[in-house]
Amino acid sequence: MFDPTAPDSVGLVKPALMHFDEPLELECRRVLPSYDLMYETYGTLNAAHSNAVLICHALSGHHHAAGYHSPEDKRPGWWDNCIGPGKPIDTNRFFVVALNNLGGCHGSTGPGTVNPETGQPWGPDFPMVTVKDWVTSQARLADRLGIQRWAAVIGGSLGGMQALQWAIDYPDRIGHAAVIASAPKLSAQNIAFNEVARQSILTDPNFHGGRYYLHDTYPRQGLILARMVGHITYLSDDAMRAKFGRDLQSGRFHFGFDVEFQVESYLRHQGETFSRNFDANTYLLMTKALDYFDPARNFDNSLETALSHATCQFLVISFTSDWRFSPERSEEIVNALVAVDRDVSYAEVDTDKGHDAFLLDIPEYTRLFGAYMRRVADELENA
Amino acid sequence: MRQDLAIIRDWIPQGAQVLDLGCGDGTLLAHLRDNLGVRGYGLEIDQDNIAACIEKGVNVIEQDIDEGLGNIADQRFDYVLMTQALQAVQRPDQVLSEMLRVGREAIVTFPNFGYWRVRGYLFFKGRMPVSRRLPYEWYDTPNIHLCTVRDFDTHCKKNGFRVLERRVLNHDHRSALFSQLWPNFFGELAMYRVTR
Repeated sequence: MFDPTAPDSVGLVKPALMHFDEPLELECRRVLPSYDLMYETYGTLNAAHSNAVLICHALSGHHHAAGYHSPEDKRPGWWDNCIGPGKPIDTNRFFVVALNNLGGCHGSTGPGTVNPETGQPWGPDFPMVTVKDWVTSQARLADRLGIQRWAAVIGGSLGGMQALQWAIDYPDRIGHAAVIASAPKLSAQNIAFNEVARQSILTDPNFHGGRYYLHDTYPRQGLILARMVGHITYLSDDAMRAKFGRDLQSGRFHFGFDVEFQVESYLRHQGETFSRNFDANTYLLMTKALDYFDPARNFDNSLETALSHATCQFLVISFTSDWRFSPERSEEIVNALVAVDRDVSYAEVDTDKGHDAFLLDIPEYTRLFGAYMRRVADELENA
Repeated sequence: MRQDLAIIRDWIPQGAQVLDLGCGDGTLLAHLRDNLGVRGYGLEIDQDNIAACIEKGVNVIEQDIDEGLGNIADQRFDYVLMTQALQAVQRPDQVLSEMLRVGREAIVTFPNFGYWRVRGYLFFKGRMPVSRRLPYEWYDTPNIHLCTVRDFDTHCKKNGFRVLERRVLNHDHRSALFSQLWPNFFGELAMYRVTR
């Protein structure tokens, strides 16, 4: 199943760290005097430096998007389905850059890294970062890597929001934006789910106002709950029915509160795994970045006006059973793009896999995405 | 070049903004783009067709015409095309008025059910016509609202649509003399350019 030596795998990869000393002014008016970005690259940058593709990660993602860090790795990067030789994002043709965003917990500067001014982890003092801030930092990373213009900026969910922001903020530096299972801004319901996730972390006795690092503990229970809520929104009713139904772990009722139904076991397992691998402060920051995202806000609340600043071509993909970012939310983006006469193709992929679908290998999705990316690559080679 | 596509190309000016309803594999839009610098979008629901459009670099949007064009602003387009799909939509009358709401002009083509061979088939065989243009059985046909040239003319008159051009092609896709004189009898494919 998972094989680093497979012909369609990018194989073994090594992350790299880029240090930045030029201060970054953030949307919240605070300034990060210096920072690091952890990133990985796959494929080869061509002589014209024109074949670079940026992968933006979603809420719990990071720079390890494809391949393996060691032959012993149980799982490849989070988007290995789509990135590799002959895959939709074809590393034989594209130079792919994936990074861990600012505020993350996988090597880039974030709440868990040391604030040079205090010698202590940033914790709750780490500034709020927004999608716009991420895009600014990604543009600086591009500068360092010698990439003046991305052939494409690609992302799913929160990653799709970054692709949209790129298109608006740096129209000259992006050829295509692929916005998958995303939305032009969160709905009240989306924000509500995020708030439940945040409250479960903030009210965990081990949170210690975000300074849990100093107490050598972390809000495990809060993270578990936050992730459980998240997972419910990532799956569809049908997917849950197909995956678990009402199956019992032991085949009979125990009349207690231990795990009895398989769906309970799944959620707890997902939550526990996540709590061991993710920083609570980062989770809080990322959910706020989601909540704040609203590019129309700076343009009289007109998404059309915001997107009229974009000049790139767009691919928008949604999934029928995604209720976290439903097809209607993608259609808002598409309708605005059509209204302002921008190039856009849109497909609504039929699947019961819910929001998670954007990470999975669904034939119709892989095919359309692959067709689009092949065309992007063809354009480059014929340019 | 298919004759019907060539005629449509002649009807559309350089650089027009075009919406193609049921754009299929994007052949027409790609042709209009490459030859006339037309900017356009196609609406399509078939996955294979959507993939084919994407491969051609044609803007394609997955949208069911039967659910209306409510997401598109009034007079957004210069031309709204619908080739060989009028007879397959749920409410051709509503689609036509929507076409003329979102576009200045509509270009519609459909198989003429008044064509002499179709009439003959029904008359002599007493069965629902099956032909090259109508290759389906009565029970599985997507063509649920077949009409004739006369039906369409009447519909336009009744709704105050002006027919700017009408071309009727015979079996060989030509505008022959007979099909000019008796379009509803000798025309196999009807082509209309209408406006309000």
